This record gives sequence, structure tokens and C-alpha cells, in this order.
Amino acid sequence: MKNKEPLILAVVVFFTLVTYYLVEPFAHHQMHKHVESEGFAYADLPAITKTGSAASGQELIMNAGCAGCHSIEVAGMPAPMDAVMAAQSYGVNPPDLSNVGAIFDAKFLADLIKNPAHALNVEHKFDEAKGQMHPMVAFYGMGGDIDQEIADMVAYLQSIAVKPEEVTSTMAFENACGRCHAVGYENWTQIGEKPKFKHEKDALAFDIKVLEYQDSLKAYMGKLPPDLSMYIRSRGEHFINTLIENPQNHLAGTAMPRVGVTAHSAEKVIEYLEDAGDSKRHERAAIGKNVMIYIVIFAIFALLWKKQVWRDLH
Amino acid sequence: MENNSRRGFMGKAFGAVAGVGAVASLYAMKKSWDPLPSVKAAGFTTLDMTIYQENVMVTEKWRGKPIFVLKQSAKMLEKAKENPRDIERLVEIAGAHYMVCVGLCTHLGCIPAFRPASNDFKCACHGGEFDASGMVQMVPPPRGFDIPPFKIDGSKLVLGEAGPEWQAMKDNGITL
Amino acid sequence: MAHFTKATSIKDWFNQRLAVEKLEKVMMSEYWIPKNINFLWAMGMVLVITFVLLVVSGIFLLMYYVPTTDGAFYSVNYTIMREVDFGWLWRHVHGVAASVVFLIIYIHMFTGIYYGSYKKGRELIWISGMLLFVAFSAEAFSGYMLPWGQMSYWAGMVITNLFSGGSLHADGLVEWIRGDYVPAQAFLGRFFMLHVLLIPLAIMGLIGLHFGALRIPHVNNQDGEEIDFEHEAKKYLDGDKAGSKVMRFANDFMSKDMMVVGVFLIFFFYLVFYNYGFAMDPVNFDPADGLKTPAHIYPEWYFLWSYEILRPFNIDLGLVLFAFAQVIFVLLPFLDRSPNTCAANRRGPLFAVWFWLMLSNMIVLTAMGKLPPEGIFSTIGLVSAVLFVVMWLALPIITSMEKKV
Repeated sequence: MKNKEPLILAVVVFFTLVTYYLVEPFAHHQMHKHVESEGFAYADLPAITKTGSAASGQELIMNAGCAGCHSIEVAGMPAPMDAVMAAQSYGVNPPDLSNVGAIFDAKFLADLIKNPAHALNVEHKFDEAKGQMHPMVAFYGMGGDIDQEIADMVAYLQSIAVKPEEVTSTMAFENACGRCHAVGYENWTQIGEKPKFKHEKDALAFDIKVLEYQDSLKAYMGKLPPDLSMYIRSRGEHFINTLIENPQNHLAGTAMPRVGVTAHSAEKVIEYLEDAGDSKRHERAAIGKNVMIYIVIFAIFALLWKKQVWRDLH
Repeated sequence: MENNSRRGFMGKAFGAVAGVGAVASLYAMKKSWDPLPSVKAAGFTTLDMTIYQENVMVTEKWRGKPIFVLKQSAKMLEKAKENPRDIERLVEIAGAHYMVCVGLCTHLGCIPAFRPASNDFKCACHGGEFDASGMVQMVPPPRGFDIPPFKIDGSKLVLGEAGPEWQAMKDNGITL
Repeated sequence: MAHFTKATSIKDWFNQRLAVEKLEKVMMSEYWIPKNINFLWAMGMVLVITFVLLVVSGIFLLMYYVPTTDGAFYSVNYTIMREVDFGWLWRHVHGVAASVVFLIIYIHMFTGIYYGSYKKGRELIWISGMLLFVAFSAEAFSGYMLPWGQMSYWAGMVITNLFSGGSLHADGLVEWIRGDYVPAQAFLGRFFMLHVLLIPLAIMGLIGLHFGALRIPHVNNQDGEEIDFEHEAKKYLDGDKAGSKVMRFANDFMSKDMMVVGVFLIFFFYLVFYNYGFAMDPVNFDPADGLKTPAHIYPEWYFLWSYEILRPFNIDLGLVLFAFAQVIFVLLPFLDRSPNTCAANRRGPLFAVWFWLMLSNMIVLTAMGKLPPEGIFSTIGLVSAVLFVVMWLALPIITSMEKKV
């Protein structure tokens, strides 16, 4: 009896791999179009040509009225109103500016100050010609060279922020995404992390504030931005990266703005989402390695046992 | 013969390797039964001791169990000082004395009722009684109310954490 | 009362009450297996191991799963995946095993078809095996409902809608199955019951029947040779182990079984830790939303061939052919009219071609079932579905033309 087992194994493996290929990589490729990342280069935005002065920038920001909507905690400037009221006025709570210089791309910040709807890629929704104004007022200059002034403002924002390498996953997420997206599994609501309350009445009062905020947000965006707790597993890293880079690539016509984060911040946002939706990945990798080593040893011992038992059967 | 003993050996060796896997699986299974992190984290309750009034017995909650907090009045303190064991059961915070204990009868676990008129506790199940500092004043309970591990933090009391005062109570046999 | 004597040993004590030695001989050391087999014969043991993995991992999931529409998704994706020590491991093992078990079932099934292991005396092994396939399918479907994700909800909606019978409009029946107008708490609760209790009991009973049906006819061999098991067993027991055509189940065959299981487990655990996306579809990580259908819904891969037979036709014809596809495999022992029990490649060109074409066609149906029903894909799907039906109708004809080997 010729030993046909290698051939049989090859046939089984062949048919299995063909089936796997057609059902998984091939089919998913057919169902979802592939979007290439541009590495957060923001090629459509103009480069900053002037060298900014942080001192001038500080004066400009104080005089331009940014603190009318934005808090700047590190500069001792609190928010003019609470998150719920802010959302009622503007649709969403304007971010604190302390660390935006580190989290967001400089070109983006410059364009945002000059033309918010353009930088955020929501001109299809906020069309100046039709009188649909973005809630953030554009900066029209304080009399001098507007590009120099904006470069100064960006320089100031960068000077008060932490170093870009020091941006943590929580900082990046809460600032760039957290004012629209809740993450229930990390206890994150759009108005901040939900505290522990001793009395149920206080907990419910907090929940009502969140719901009120969400109502304003829903009216502003068209629908409530989804909770992102499991998005790292339902959408995957590549989709989220390319979505953050430019939401219009995946969801044409969406109200979700391009948030303008740096590549490093985007990495940190992914890390935050992984901690929320795939928190055991390190343990899985570590245990996986040990299990694979063990199971190979198991198979070897089984083989040796079989060889011994079958010695006198052939 | 030689084959038999070798075959026996290889079979036993394989069995041993499989056994290692089985033991590892049992370990993982045991860990899956452990109380969840959220359960263990909820095992701490902080009490703000400034809100309690003398003679008013308040029931709080800790690890799902009732906790009796009774701020001692001058009369209660006097009675407690007569009995050294009684005074040792009380917790002193910011000049005031409190009885803080698990509100379950040490006999068989019912919740005794506080009687404001006589400033003591009566357990309806089998008639046991405890005084205002938690000591037994009528059997069948075998010992005074148990005192939960606590830590004094300024004017707050953190239940669930073992501070030095509680450790001293445990070492002296005041509580289990 | 039967006669009992004073026990001479612990073994003797058990023998007098439970006949353990006799049992061990019948089930293990004197259960004779032909030597002329290959590793495909180990798929039965691989299935047992996989079933054990499913039951054990299922036990630990069951400890923490909350069977309510409000709590289910959180209990799986937060409590089990994030909080319970090794909870993520049980979930990954359970999901991957539920998918891989069907790969092994299909290999096991097609091995049986190839070698004619359903013929002449082995019909009940085949039938009980196909009933096991149905039971495992029901178990997989009911289990898939439990995480209550988008795929759970919409698969539940679509599959229960099948029972409306197309033009029969049996909406009342559909509502009765669901316990509600749409998949909701009643639906989840009853599929939880089915998945955790009723179907596992049925599976265990059917496994018993499957083994029982196998014991008397004995396992088949690569040449379909009719072996005189008593004669060959005597040769073996008299010392001619090499010359005998049979071997003991335990430990001869079992040691080879374990070797195959070892290789299988390497493949299995690799998937559990590193490549599990095929078994845990991303769409099911969105919580169920009755007001939003996902852009692409599809069943798990092992149902795709069946799904593709339903899709290309109008609802009534589709349902008839779908029912045909479920039942026709069971009838194989009676549709195959040939006198030969041997490997397909020795049964003449017709059956050999039939076999490889059926296998390939089912893979094509599987692939088309996953792809969007557009353009070239829907054409291929239609042709494959029709080919499937035609091939089964042709089987009695081509097999009755076979000459005895």
C-alpha cells in the first residue's frame, strides 16, 4: 500500500485555502473599496510660510476673542459656559486650547483659524454663499499680514502645549473625538468621564445633562455620532485611520469633520480605541506565544508515541 | 519486551505533556471564577462622618451589607467607659465617637432593629440584643457586632481598607 | 438478586457490578480498526475534541452571559472580553471552534462520500451523521444570536422570515417562532434555551447513535474491502500484529488519532490567537439595531453554499430548492445505485467526476454566497445552483450504470 497521505493532505489543504481565500480576503475586497492613507500629510492645505512668534500670537489670541468660546486652562482662562449650554449655542462644546498645538497639525490649525469650514472639510454643509455659517467664526485678521498673524497664533498654541511626544492616548482622544463620541466602556461621555455618585438622584441628574448635550449634538450633526467602544473591532485600524484623515473618503457627504490630527495623535487615538475595545491584546499575544510552543511540544510527543506503538504494526 | 516498556514510556510521557495542558486549563478556569475587578473595586465605601447626629442611627451600605453608624451621645459614652471592651469598639474621629459596625446579628445574620427609646438593638429572629456600642447585652448572639475594616482619612472613614486603628481592634480580639 | 462473590481486587469489584473489563474490550482494546486507512479517518476524534472545546469554553461563557436584549452585548464584549480573567480566551476558543468544527465536518462528510462509507450496512452511520450536521447547524445559528450584535439580529430576522413560506405568507408562523413581531427578548430567550440545553442534549444523543451505528459494521477502509474482523483479530491476538489487517482502537489507532489531533490543535490555536476575524465577523461588534440593516449581511461561511442556492431564484422556487438542498444529502445511501463500496477513483470516471465536481461546485456556491449578488457573481451563482440540483438528479442514473469493481 503506497502511502497516499501527503497527497491527501495536499488536496485537503488546497481546497481549504481556496475556500478561505474566496470567502475572506477576496470577498471583503469586493465589498469594501480600499482607501489609501496619505500619512496625514494634508496635501490640500497650504504650508505655513511665515515664522510665528509665540509672544505676538498670545496677544493676538487674547484680542481676537477666542476665549469667548474656548477655554485655555493652562493660561488660566476657564470656559465661558458649561458644556451643555455650549452645545445648545454651537451644537458641540468648543475644545479647550491648552494642548491643541501638540495634538493637531500646524497647517490644519492655521487653515482652521482662517476658514473653519474648509479645514474641517464640511463646506458641503456650511456653504457661506448660502448663508450657512459654521459656528466657529473665521478670523479676518487684525490689520497686519493675516498669514503672519495666524503663524504667530499657531506658534503660541504650540508653545503652551505639552511636547508632541507627550500627548497621551486619553489626551488625543478626548480632545479630538470625545466632544462628539461617547465611549461607554471607558466611562466617557461627551461632557466628560462620568463620576461615581453616592446617591442615585445625582447619577440620574448627570445622565440627563448628557442626554441634553446629545440632543443639541444630534440637531447639529443630523444624527448622534456613535459610541466608539467596540469600533476598533467593528471597523479596524486601517478604516479608522483613513476615516480620521478625511471622513469624506469613506462616508461621502457626512457631517463628521476632518479633525486635523497629526500622525502621532492618530496613533494615540487608535491606542485609546484599542484599550477600549481590545484591552486584552497584550495578554493575548503573550499567552498565544506560550500556547503555540506548548502545542508544538504536544504534537511532537504524540508523534513519538504513535511511532512507538506502530513499530510492530507495520 | 523492550518495545513494550518503551511504548509504555512514550505513552506515559505523552500523557504527562497532555496533563500539563490540562493543569494550565484548570488554572485558567479557576481564574475565570474569581470575583471581577469591578466587584472588588466596589468593595470600598467612603463615609463623611460630619453628617451624622448623636442618637440617630443611620444605615449605610458596604459590599452589599448594611452598616450601622451611631454617633455616641455623652450618656452613651459614659456607659461605654464603664466597660473597657465597649469603649474599645468605638471609632474616634475629630473628637467624636462613633459605633461603626456590620448591621448583621452575629448569631445567624438577621438585621437587628434600633430602638431609639432604649438606645439599643433588638434582633427579631431569636431575641438577641446589642447595646449602643455594639456589645451583646442579651444572648443568643455569641459576640458583638463585627466591625468592617476601616481607615480614617481626616473626617472621612473608608470602609474596606484596613487602617492601623482597625488592625489594633482585630489584634485585641474586638472584632474578627 | 444476581450472584455476587467476594471481590478479589478493586478491578474485580467493578467488574462484577459494571462489567468494566468487558466494556473496555468492546469499546477500546478489542474494537478492531482496519490498518488500511489514512489520517482522514481521524476526523471523528478531531470532531470530539472540538466539541469538548466548545462545551468547556461554553460553560465559562455561560457563567457571565446575560440573556437579555439590554445586557447581552455588554456582557459579552465588556464583562467577558475585558473583565473576566481569561474571558477573552474562552470567547475566542468558542467562536473559532464553532467555525472550524464545520470545516472538519465537511472534510469528514466528503471523506465518507469519497470512500463509499455510507453504503451497504453503514446507512445509519451516514444518516445519524447528517442529523448531527443539522443539529450542529441549529446550534451554530442559535449561538450566533446570543451576542445580539447587528449580524445576530439581521440573521435572525432573515432566517425566521424563511418560514413565511414565500407565497404562503405564513406570517403567523414566523411570529410564533419569534415570540414577537420582530426578533426581541422572547426570541433571544428561546434561542438561548436551545443553544445551552436542548440542542446540546440532542447532539450528545446523536453522537451516541452515530457511534452505536458504527460499532457493528466497523469502520470502512481505503479499498472498501470487506474484512473478516474475527479472523484478522485472531491473527493479531495470536501475535502476528504485522500480518493482521486490523489493529486495536486503543492504543493503536488512538495514538495516531492523537498525532492528528496534535497537528490540528497547532492549526486551531494559531487561529484562536492570531487569525480569528473569519470566525468573529466585525459587523457583529455593532450592537443590534432594528432600524438599520448593515450594508452587507451574510451568514457564516459554512451556510453560504446553502444560502446561494436560495438567492438566485424567486422566493417560492428558492425555498423549494433550499429545502431540497438540506434534505438531499441524507438520501445519498439510497440515491447511489451502484454495487461498489470503494474509493471514488476506482468507481469509474462518472462517479469520480461527480465527486470532484460536487466538491468544487459547493466551494463555488460558498464563494458566490459571500459576494454581493451583482454582475458576473450572480450569473455564476445561478449556474452553480442549477448544477447542484442537476447533479443530484443525475446521481441515481450514473451510479446505476456502474460496473461492479
